[in-house]
Amino acid sequence: MSEALEILFQASFWVAAIRIATPLLLGTLGALLGERAGVLNLGIEGIFVAGAMTGWLAVYLGASLWSGVAVAAATGAVFGLLHAFLTVTLALSQHVAGLGITLLATAGSHFAYRVAFPTLTQPPRIEPFAPVGWAWLESTPLLGPVLAQQTPLTFLAIGAALLLAFVLARTPLGLAIRAVGDDPAAVEAQGLSVAALRYGAVVVGSALMAVGGAFLTMSAFNAFFFGMVCGRGWICVALTVFASWRPLKAVAGALLFGAFDAWQLRLQTLAGGVVPSQLFLMVPYLLSIAALLLAARRADYPRALMKPWRRGER
Amino acid sequence: MTAEAERPAARQAAGGARARPPLLRLRGISKRFGEVVANEAVDLELAAGEILALLGENGAGKTTLTSILFGHYAADAGEVLVADQEGRLVALPPGRPEAALEAGIGMVHQHFTLAHNLTGFENIVLGTEAWWRPRPAPPGARRRIEELARRMGLEVELDRPVGQLGVGARQRIEILKALYREARVLVLDEPTAVLTPQEAEGLFATVRALAADGRGVIFISHKLAEVEAVAERVVVLRQGRKVADRPLAGTSRSELARLMVGREVREPIRRPRPPGEVVLALDGVGAGSGRDRIEDVTLELRAGEILGIAGVSGNGQAALAALVAGLLRPERGRVELLGSTAALSSPAAAVRAGVGRIPEDRERDGVVGELDLAENLALERLAAPETSRLGFLRRKAMRARARRAIEAFGIRAPGPDVPVRLLSGGNMQKVVLARALDGAPRLLLADQPTRGLDVAATAFVHERLLEARERGAAVLLISEDLDELLGLSDRIAVVHRGRLAGPFPSERLDVPTIGLLMAGHEGGLPAAEVAA
Repeated sequence: MSEALEILFQASFWVAAIRIATPLLLGTLGALLGERAGVLNLGIEGIFVAGAMTGWLAVYLGASLWSGVAVAAATGAVFGLLHAFLTVTLALSQHVAGLGITLLATAGSHFAYRVAFPTLTQPPRIEPFAPVGWAWLESTPLLGPVLAQQTPLTFLAIGAALLLAFVLARTPLGLAIRAVGDDPAAVEAQGLSVAALRYGAVVVGSALMAVGGAFLTMSAFNAFFFGMVCGRGWICVALTVFASWRPLKAVAGALLFGAFDAWQLRLQTLAGGVVPSQLFLMVPYLLSIAALLLAARRADYPRALMKPWRRGER
Repeated sequence: MTAEAERPAARQAAGGARARPPLLRLRGISKRFGEVVANEAVDLELAAGEILALLGENGAGKTTLTSILFGHYAADAGEVLVADQEGRLVALPPGRPEAALEAGIGMVHQHFTLAHNLTGFENIVLGTEAWWRPRPAPPGARRRIEELARRMGLEVELDRPVGQLGVGARQRIEILKALYREARVLVLDEPTAVLTPQEAEGLFATVRALAADGRGVIFISHKLAEVEAVAERVVVLRQGRKVADRPLAGTSRSELARLMVGREVREPIRRPRPPGEVVLALDGVGAGSGRDRIEDVTLELRAGEILGIAGVSGNGQAALAALVAGLLRPERGRVELLGSTAALSSPAAAVRAGVGRIPEDRERDGVVGELDLAENLALERLAAPETSRLGFLRRKAMRARARRAIEAFGIRAPGPDVPVRLLSGGNMQKVVLARALDGAPRLLLADQPTRGLDVAATAFVHERLLEARERGAAVLLISEDLDELLGLSDRIAVVHRGRLAGPFPSERLDVPTIGLLMAGHEGGLPAAEVAA
């Protein structure tokens, strides 16, 4: 038992936890931005796949790594635009539109991959982002060495969380986004455009999700393969509730899940001979459900979430 | 027109002999929705410092007119002119709310347009600062809002989320929102519908302060008493047309009612009648949760009696109504219908025992909008032989019954097959009323039975409630309309924070006394009357 807890004091454990948390943080930020504006985006799982695929493909075809990230973000934005068109302009059901986008983006990405590489059995590899390894960070006590082992996208994710927290809490734009998720009529009565705010939130949110997907192929692994997203998008939807739609709490939630996941990986090597590994795989999900149960009981959903808004109707 | 517009100016001593400059002029506004004429050639003028009442029944075109004024709709014909900084009247571009805001037109909607998750301050400054700035409002904004609030009697907690504030405070924030944007013309759409009498008095004081400050106020209402209390001039709309535009001085209430409805409206009169046996008895009852809880409530309601329950909504009325409807069981004490506690053990039992129910929110609890009129009328008696046989609906019998109800209750509907959601509020309420009165109930629960209804529909509902009383039914009338309570009830009890004061014979009460009790001042009533 003590060995199981000793893991928590190893630097390598925290390096892994933060690495696992990064795509979840990006996805959760994207989901919560849309939901704060009143639009649930269940396209997230598919947008992860599409971002992972297009970002990686761009780099494979010769683009720089950062251009790959931009391509992934643009892919996400396009799917976000589609989702916003369906749910804001056409005011369709957000569940159905989102699930449709997940199916479309997932299948479309796999299809494009097969068309591009019809004969390969081994996925082609790229040179992924390297850990930043900044010397000043290495020499910072406590978290320094752990953070220096992360790739630039992790810092991008943390920066995005801080920026989003500031924008939502402190700027006129943030006020308007929070207001449109609560009562679109209040926003319209103040002369602001409900549609513009919701389009913006969904498009930017979807771009963040796609960068989360790109992290998988460009930082965590160095290739694209089927099933690699593996439900991470759905975890983000749950983490959004867990974080009560707050960016900084999303950092905590993503880290918590990352830590559970990294922990179970190490437990497998510790006790793998005795206990089936599948049980360990369940650990982060079970603990997430437990944490979510505690958080979601008090969840204060944005009041206008999932309610389509048609101008001039009540 | 000009002669009439100048007359109210003479009424105000402070204004002196000079005519006040016009702030707003509507010229020949017409608007149709398909075949329906919403507005037809409406002219209207508002001067600086003037309070104008816009009076009309539901569907008379008040809301359409103000929506055109505020740019939500574009008029088919006519124009909206607003005074600019130099006092020249300039036409507004139609259909553009931003332009109306910019020109200084502020609107306080009947349904507040406030984000509950933002604070009062955030709601007020929302949309006034460039989006890219790193601050929600300029540094002086807060002081300006506090200053406005103090001057206009609109004090309110600015730093609490609006969702935690009461309706009165929310309304003050709505008004501050408009004033912060320097609105010179303020439109208040049925502003007192949600307020206690004391809060309404405060609002009237604010409205007068606004006018004294040189702003123009349009006060929309269908309550004659409050129009008289606050306005100088009244414009009456009927079926989209302006039928009167005159100073209030010298215009009687009954004349206004006739102008609004187009014919004489007679409020039914309650005749004395000896009460019968006890129908409903509550003894030391505690039930409900949170704000909707009643505590230690004891009362008796007899056959042939109307017992009114007054109170600001959210003081336990919902718990009381749910108990009587069989939706809630008491945690403490006993609730008996005709001596039986089992009779109110479930909604179905309550219906079987002869409880007719008019719920507070007719659209949520009273009708199923997607079902047609005949189906809605049959909802409480699905298993009864007149509705179904061997598990199959008897469509023909249901339709016949619906046609009888349409006839008897004057429901304006194309036929028994129309989905109820397409009916107007008043007609929907008549459907609910028809179902509740079907089978001559022993106990009738009437929870806000006339909320949102116009003068004619209100009089109709009142008549039916008195008819039920005459027939020997016991009526529990829960209402926020004190005139209604005083006019219909034999006795009135006031509920505050879940506790009941009274019941008192209604002859011994008046509006200010009830208002004090509603606010929790037991001392509002002389000791002798409390004893009675």
